[in-house]
Amino acid sequence: MSSLSAFFASRAGIIFAGVFIGVVAAFLQYMGNPPNMGICVACMERDIVGALGLHRADVVQYIRPEIIGLVFGSLLAAVTFREFRARSGSAPLVRFGLGFFAMIGALVFLGCPWRALLRLAGGDGNAIVGLIGLATGIGIGAMFLRSGYSLGASKKTYTTAGLILPLFMLALLILLLIEPKLPTGPVFFSAKGPGSQHAAIWISLCAAIAIGFIAQRTRFCTMGAIRDMILIKDFHLFSGIAGLVGGAFVTNLVLSQFNPGFIGQPIAHTDIVWNFAGMLLSGLAFALAGGCPGRQLFLAGEGDGDAAIFVLGMLAGAAVSHNFAAASSAAGPGLWGPGAVIVGIIFCSFIGFTMREKA
Amino acid sequence: MTEKIDVRGLSCPQPVMESQRKMSQMTGGVLEVYVDSGTARDNVSRMAKKKGWSVKVDDAPDGFVLTLSK
Repeated sequence: MSSLSAFFASRAGIIFAGVFIGVVAAFLQYMGNPPNMGICVACMERDIVGALGLHRADVVQYIRPEIIGLVFGSLLAAVTFREFRARSGSAPLVRFGLGFFAMIGALVFLGCPWRALLRLAGGDGNAIVGLIGLATGIGIGAMFLRSGYSLGASKKTYTTAGLILPLFMLALLILLLIEPKLPTGPVFFSAKGPGSQHAAIWISLCAAIAIGFIAQRTRFCTMGAIRDMILIKDFHLFSGIAGLVGGAFVTNLVLSQFNPGFIGQPIAHTDIVWNFAGMLLSGLAFALAGGCPGRQLFLAGEGDGDAAIFVLGMLAGAAVSHNFAAASSAAGPGLWGPGAVIVGIIFCSFIGFTMREKA
Repeated sequence: MTEKIDVRGLSCPQPVMESQRKMSQMTGGVLEVYVDSGTARDNVSRMAKKKGWSVKVDDAPDGFVLTLSK
């Protein structure tokens, strides 16, 4: 057990995690998931919100087993390696707001950092703009961290509190399996569009549980990869995301899923300004919250109630994004998308400037 | 002389940053870092080893204590 832990903590371990995620994500696309969206934490959480009827964009509604599996996998790893620790109380409402605006930004770009990397590995040139925006946002977050930004310490709490988000995921799994049709509407599953494209439930669930397990052990984090490089000149996590891109790229080539170009890329638009600014907002919000959306799911799985609140913030952000026409489409940003991104950047800056520990 | 810092409960990357800040104020000696997660334990250990400090990990209340020495 301890030699396994040592492997996962090593450089080889984090590269393995990245390659594994990249290969599995590209394979999930081959098995039915939308193009360049083998796993996208933001898109998939948005689909879940739609399935529950909290937004009514009928092309993006499905209870994605990947999100459920990522939390379950992390929970399994945390329990197996005795790392499940229920804790909470580090500025939860602020974290909700950061999750909310992280989602707003991601849905303007059309993807979380995971999908940005998968889009790159699939040949979508617009992802480069998004990744530059992401790195810029994380760079701004790093400046705040350097000048003393902190959300304060969390505290140990009851085990039950740490199990709430995994239990919510269990409830989602039950809804997915029984697919109830209530007289008032939900659950909604898309008949067309990206929401209708998905691999078989058991394939998605097993794949995501495996990813969640490995990611919990290796602490895989796409935001941390860039932040650590900027802030402490540490390239450990970066080798993980390099592995993800490499793994997905090779798998895409093998499965004939690599289509280089900028125009007509699947579930993407070509607006440079808002691809950049959307991901800048997301990157900043993730940096201030201490983890990318995947990492927040893994933390929630190991009992972190503050990360769970961040996840709920993302779910709320997805509902508002679609209900208020802030989400982009293949045609470009939504009517209120640019405005929502600006409000989000102001919100995050306010948090960054004001929540500082006095030296 | 042994210095101590407590970074339990703090989000990434603060445990590493706080440890780094303290280490930069010391020319050598022993620094005990109290952490509450495996992530902070691994990250602080990796950073300290890279900077040429030796690292010893022991269990402590609500987590681990890392004894860094140089």
